[in-house]
Amino acid sequence: MILLEPRAFDPYAHLSAFSAEAVGAGAVASFIGVVRGDDGKGVLALFLDYFPGVTEKAITQAAEEARRRWPLVGVRIVHRIGEVKVGEPVVLVAVAAVHRRPALEACDFLMDFLKTEAPFWKKERRKDGDVWIEPRAEDYADRARWDE
Amino acid sequence: MARLLFFGALSDVMGRERALMLPENVRTARALIDHLCGFDSAFAAAYSQSRLRIAVNEIIVPPETPIGDSDEIAFLPPFSGG
Repeated sequence: MILLEPRAFDPYAHLSAFSAEAVGAGAVASFIGVVRGDDGKGVLALFLDYFPGVTEKAITQAAEEARRRWPLVGVRIVHRIGEVKVGEPVVLVAVAAVHRRPALEACDFLMDFLKTEAPFWKKERRKDGDVWIEPRAEDYADRARWDE
Repeated sequence: MARLLFFGALSDVMGRERALMLPENVRTARALIDHLCGFDSAFAAAYSQSRLRIAVNEIIVPPETPIGDSDEIAFLPPFSGG
């Protein structure tokens, strides 16, 4: 399941439902990204722009790529769009597999993809104004680890 | 009229969407970027700050890709999700 979510969501409810559906899985790996507010930049919220239709397709293709690389039972990705407040989850990646290694690696792979290759644009709403965020060099280096 | 879409930082300076009758000499995505840089200083400033990807009719393509007046051309600054 790939979901772009315009409202606050409960990642644990998603995880619970996802785990229940993942029949035969012996491992469920997950990552929850949360909007940080305590890094001294005065971040009040994030705003996430996206390309309707194209963003969903890109994430779907990444999930298909993960299934090609690892034997997976299921993948669920929930990503916020629009305004996201400090402390709220912005992304959930959950991967189910028979054994732990494919689940952990595919989860890592999908997060690296979302940081640099999915059509999202992130703006920090700070006390002193709005700032568009570009990926850091580490994000690109993390993504490059998966190049075949 | 070509339909131009702008995302991320570019949407702040250009708006989300514009319609444009492509000039005679603008027949590729790269030529369109040059054209926009020429007549819009806000676009030129935003463009020089970030490497853009171009999508024609929702497919990311190389800048040399031919374009026409029936196309939707999207300008995509570096992605930053997660």
